[in-house]
Amino acid sequence: MDLNDYKVSEFYDELVTPSGRPRAAARALWKYLKSLDSEEIAERKLACEVAALVAGITFRVYFEDTGVDRAMPFDLIPRVIPKKEWDVISEGLEQRVTALNMFIDDLYNDQKIIADGVVPADLIAGSENFREQCRGFSPPLGIWAHICGSDLVRGGDGTVYVLEDNLRIPSGVSYMLENRQVMKRVFPELFEDSGIQPVDEYPAQLFDMLASLSPRPVEYPNVVVLTPGVFNSAYFEHAYLAQQMGVELVEGRDLVVDDDNKVFMRTIAGLEQVDVIYRRVDDAFIDPEVFRPDSLLGVPGLMRAWRSNKVALANAPGAGVADDKVVYAWMPEIIRYYLDEAPKLANVPTWKCSDPDDMKYVLAHIGELVIKPANESGGYGMLIGPHSTKKEQAEFAKLIKADPRNYIAQPTLALSTCPTMVPGGIGARHVDLRPFILSGQQTFVTTGGLTRVAMKAGSLVVNSSQGGGSKDTWVVDTEAAGRAGGKS
Amino acid sequence: MLSRLAEHLYWHGRYLERAEGLARLVNVNAHLNLDLPGRIAPGWEPLVRITGAADLYAELYDDEFSERQVAKFLIADERNPGSIRSALELARDNMRATRDLLPREVWEQMNGLYLRISEQISGNLSKRRRHESLADLILGSQQIAGMLMGTMSQDHAYDFILIGRYLERADVTTRILDVRADDLLPEQAEDVPAFESIQWMSVLKSLTGYQMYRRHVRMRVAGPDVLRFLLRDRLFPRSAMFCLKALESLLSDLPGDDDSALRATTALMRHLDSARMVRLKGEPLSEFIDRIQIELGDIGQHISQTWFRSAPE
Repeated sequence: MDLNDYKVSEFYDELVTPSGRPRAAARALWKYLKSLDSEEIAERKLACEVAALVAGITFRVYFEDTGVDRAMPFDLIPRVIPKKEWDVISEGLEQRVTALNMFIDDLYNDQKIIADGVVPADLIAGSENFREQCRGFSPPLGIWAHICGSDLVRGGDGTVYVLEDNLRIPSGVSYMLENRQVMKRVFPELFEDSGIQPVDEYPAQLFDMLASLSPRPVEYPNVVVLTPGVFNSAYFEHAYLAQQMGVELVEGRDLVVDDDNKVFMRTIAGLEQVDVIYRRVDDAFIDPEVFRPDSLLGVPGLMRAWRSNKVALANAPGAGVADDKVVYAWMPEIIRYYLDEAPKLANVPTWKCSDPDDMKYVLAHIGELVIKPANESGGYGMLIGPHSTKKEQAEFAKLIKADPRNYIAQPTLALSTCPTMVPGGIGARHVDLRPFILSGQQTFVTTGGLTRVAMKAGSLVVNSSQGGGSKDTWVVDTEAAGRAGGKS
Repeated sequence: MLSRLAEHLYWHGRYLERAEGLARLVNVNAHLNLDLPGRIAPGWEPLVRITGAADLYAELYDDEFSERQVAKFLIADERNPGSIRSALELARDNMRATRDLLPREVWEQMNGLYLRISEQISGNLSKRRRHESLADLILGSQQIAGMLMGTMSQDHAYDFILIGRYLERADVTTRILDVRADDLLPEQAEDVPAFESIQWMSVLKSLTGYQMYRRHVRMRVAGPDVLRFLLRDRLFPRSAMFCLKALESLLSDLPGDDDSALRATTALMRHLDSARMVRLKGEPLSEFIDRIQIELGDIGQHISQTWFRSAPE
């Protein structure tokens, strides 16, 4: 492959230095890619596509008649992170999730952080995901967000920022696992002696964490994955994780709660008690007795089963309160308050529109900023200032003035890029990274995570629902590389 | 295994077998009408009655039972929940809900079959194209059964597909006999015997049973022998007895203490064994078949109660 043609962008590039040389951790990869001629590249690309298809990596978009599965684009050039850097990030993520869990537990109980004047009271009053039904309760170990997916981005100066924390039902980990499977199949020679850290531990770690939550002290707790069903866009992942963990994939109608608040699943051998539910159904739908009464996806009585400690729910209902973009703005203060430590990972500078001075600044600079609503995810409902029209800006100004609590603003980040296969060769495309953090008796952080890539030149939107693709993510231990074998 | 998945697999088995059975039913009637002189040909009205859709037909159409209209109603009409198209769609939808339990290729085959056939049968169907589509459907259904047998672990998931399939097949075979049982021959017609043989041959052929009948019965095709063959033969896979024997063995392997489905199955096997075939023609045959169908319905009820409704709704 003619990598000399690769135009290093004005942004930070994950693989290449501004002078066009590969970064240390990417050297072996770069050398290998260079050695392939265009025919070999085309061959590998095809092999990737076939392997991905066979493995069933599809982002499901349901069309009424055909039930077609649309494949999520997969790019064969991996994103590389030096292990030394990753270890620091990983510590920062653990710190952040620990603080988030303490914060959520505090909000539903004593609200000391508000009493102490660290965050304003209207942070909760205005939060869409604060669940009154969770007040006065604390799940085992005080952990609410057992599975957290945080989005990381790298700015122009190389600093890694946390862009947001997903504490409700973060998805994407199945792509991380499958991408690695595909890469190992297509580039086996690259994995020899290269110091690439494995990622396949995740399903076992997830299962152990879930099993450790069981309220019943049994040797083999009954763990299930609760899905909204086949028409959900992440159904592939639900089925995949259930299969990888060897547990049952259930829907709401498979479960029943008895008068003793125990949860059972309906099987052909009768009712079987369930101890832990990894639920991939949104809070608002999990229990029609408590939340939306019209929900057919949930299980009547699930909340009373959870509150009486007869079943564990991961993530706990109400954990989404800390998903709020306004909570995000307070994260540095939250970490300092609970842990008495300085944050190890940077937050993107954020203006809170609820603050009159901040709002004034935001309205005056709306064309330069990214405006985000507090409770949307998936990249919906936001304004990217530099890419917007005057009319869109005016509309957003109106929205902000009507409901300042619901909006934050951030500078447009110069997101880092990564070399990516594009029609006609290789181009720089923006990437982000979603690692997953498991919290139970122990904390576990995935090795790297899911790298999402915007397939369109210049685009910053990496969400799969909006046409983004993904890459394998290598955490490379350059010191370990080559140690085991004789190759250099 | 989850009751919901078991139920989906069971209904997949039933609906696919029903689609195939309906295709066979339409074919046998078409053949009868071709083989017999107009004055004693059955026409198309009995099919509507036998599939239990007389009221719906009267509502949607008039009391005109032309071949074109009845065939459209039974094959392609989406408004008829008992049409081939509806059965095929339900077979696919039930399989989709369980596709993670099945080999991927089987799901692709099922989805492809549904898409292909529903496209072929939309619009006006000539007799020739109708025959081709129905033959394609029968072949496709057989392919799915074969792929499942050849590639799926024979666990409870597989068992529930078979349970649905055999229960439905027993029902289909008796319904096809009902076409013949229907009072279609004028009692004293002189040329009846010759035509009778032709009619029973087309019944056998519609069930792909003519050759097997000739090999095993070694007699000219006659009413009581064909009845005995299709109801009581223990080796021919579309005979009612064969299906019930298969059900008996499948049901006794399922978990649970409730054996009501199994008992209902063995009871029906006894009834089949004790029936006197020679006496069964015309009205008594029709009544006998109705009784079998009621008992098959009971078996279905018991299956559903025992394995799909393990808790109060």
